Amino acid sequence: MFRRIFFDRTTKTWMITTMVIILLMPVIIGVGLYLKSLPLLEHQSLRTLLFTSDWQPSQGKFGFWPFVAGSIYVTLIAFVLSAPVCLLAGIYLTQFASSRLVKVMYPVIDILAGLPSVIYGVWGILVVVPFISKFLAPIFGTTSSGYTIMAGGIVLAVMCVPYMLNMITEVFKTVPMGLREASLSLGATFWESVKHVVIRKSYPGIISAFGLGIAKAFGETMAVMMVVGNRVQVHFNPFEAGYPLPALIANNYGEMLSIPLYDSALMFAALLLLVIILLINLIFRYFIFKTRER
Amino acid sequence: MTNNPTDTQVIQDCTILSIRNLNVHAGNHHILKDINLEIPKNRITVLLGPSGCGKTTLLKCMNKLTDLYRELKVTGNIFIEDDDILNTSKNIPSIRQKMGLLSQRPYPLPVSIYKNVAYGIKLKGIRDRKLIDYNVEKHLKEVGLWNEVKDRLHSPATSLSIGQQQRLCLARGLAVKPRIILADEPTSALDPISSKIIENLFRNLKENYTIILVTHVLRQAIRLADHVIFMYNGEIIEQGTPDELFNNPKSEKLKEYMVEGN
Repeated sequence: MFRRIFFDRTTKTWMITTMVIILLMPVIIGVGLYLKSLPLLEHQSLRTLLFTSDWQPSQGKFGFWPFVAGSIYVTLIAFVLSAPVCLLAGIYLTQFASSRLVKVMYPVIDILAGLPSVIYGVWGILVVVPFISKFLAPIFGTTSSGYTIMAGGIVLAVMCVPYMLNMITEVFKTVPMGLREASLSLGATFWESVKHVVIRKSYPGIISAFGLGIAKAFGETMAVMMVVGNRVQVHFNPFEAGYPLPALIANNYGEMLSIPLYDSALMFAALLLLVIILLINLIFRYFIFKTRER
Repeated sequence: MTNNPTDTQVIQDCTILSIRNLNVHAGNHHILKDINLEIPKNRITVLLGPSGCGKTTLLKCMNKLTDLYRELKVTGNIFIEDDDILNTSKNIPSIRQKMGLLSQRPYPLPVSIYKNVAYGIKLKGIRDRKLIDYNVEKHLKEVGLWNEVKDRLHSPATSLSIGQQQRLCLARGLAVKPRIILADEPTSALDPISSKIIENLFRNLKENYTIILVTHVLRQAIRLADHVIFMYNGEIIEQGTPDELFNNPKSEKLKEYMVEGN
C-alpha cells in the first residue's frame, strides 16, 4: 500500500518537473539571448537597430532591416506559392482521391517532410537557380544570377508543402462524414459541400497549419542560405539576392568575432528571430480564436 | 408477405418509393441481399432490426449517399416517382432534394441558425431575400423551434442544445421541400423529452410527407409505425402492418427480437 502511494506521489513530481523544464526552455533561451545582446542594445537604440539598413560591423553600424526584410520577403513568396497548393491538394486527397492513390501519397508526403533541408538546398542549386537565371528572369525582362530571393522562396515553398499538407489533411479528415452527408442530402454538389462545409468547418485548423508553416519557413536556415545569394541589401525586385536573418547567424557565427559587438549583434539577430516567430504564433492563435468564436 | 390482400392493395396504390433486387457489396461482404420493398405514401415506415443489419445502408441507398463510400457496390433499382435513381442520367443533387435526411446525431452546418435553414433553399437557386426569410420562419415554426430561436437567428447553430439542433436539422431538411424524410435513428442521441418532441413532429408531418424511420427500438416502432419492415443480417425477414408483425410474428428471428427488445 505504501509502495503504491509512494509511486503515485513520485510519478506526479517527476512529470511536473519535466513539464516545468519544457516550459522554462524558451524562457531561458530568450533571457540568455537578451543578456548577450545587451551590449549592442546599449550601443544603439532599438529603433535604429531594427529599421536602418546600414550594416557595417567594422564601423560599429548595425542596421538589421535588410535581414528582417529578406526573411519576410522569402517567407511571403514561399507562403503565396505553397498555401494554395496545400489547400487544393489536401482537399483532393481527403475528399476526392481514390483510396489507392491516398495509400501511395501519404508515405510520399511523409518522406518529403522528413528529407533533410540540405538536400532541398542542393536541389535548389542544381534546378531552381539555373531555372531562374535561364528562364524566369528573362521572362520578366531582367537578368539574374539565379541566387535570389525568388530562389529562396521557391525552395522554401517546396519544403513547406509536405509539412503543411500533412497538417491540412489531418484537419480535413476530422470533418465528420455526417456533415458532408447532410450537405449532400440538402442538394449540394460534391464541390459545394467541400466549399461551404468542409473548408468552413476546418477554418481554425487550416489557419493553424498555415501559421505553423509560416513560422517554420521564417526560421528555415540551410536550404534558403544555399540559394538566396546572401548579399546585404534591401530590394523589392525578387530577382535580386537577399540575406535572411537565420542565414546571417549561421554564416557568421564563429567568424569575425574579433570585431567589437559583432558577437552581441548575432545574438540580437537570434533574439529577433525568436521574437518574430513568437509574434507569428500569437497572431495565428488569435485568428484561430476568432474563427472558433463564430 | 402480408396475409391481408387489402393491405397489400392499399400499399401498391400509393407507393412513393419502391426497391427491386437491391444488392450492396463492400468487397467480399454482402451487406444487403436482394431487397424488395415498397414504401407507402404519407405513412411512417419503420425499418426495424438489430444494429449492423444493414438498415442505415439501405437508407443511404435511397438518396445515393452511398456515392460517398467508394468501397460500396450498389446494384438493383430504386424507383422514386418512376425515376430509377440508381440508373438515371438526371442530376443527383435535385433527386437528393426529394428527400430530407435526419441522422443519428444532429450535424448542424458550421454556420448560423438562419443560414442552416437557408442553405438548401439557396441551393435551389432562390435568391429573393424575402422569400428565404419567409421559408426559414415557416420551417422553424413547423418544427416548433421558432419561438426558441427567433431572437438569435444569427448565432452559431452549435450554440443550441442537442435536441434543438436535431429539430433544426429537420427544419433544414423540410426547407428543400422534400417528399420523403429519411430518419436514421434520429432520437438515439436525445433525451426522452426531446425524443418525444421529435416523435410527435413525425406524427404531424406524415400528413404532408412520407417518413422512413430507421430504429432498433421496438417500442418506438410500435408507437409510430404504419408499416414495418423487419431486417436481419442484410435481409428483409418480414414486412407488414404493425398489427400483423407484432401480434403475429412468423419468423423465429422476429419472435426472438420481440422477446429481447421488450
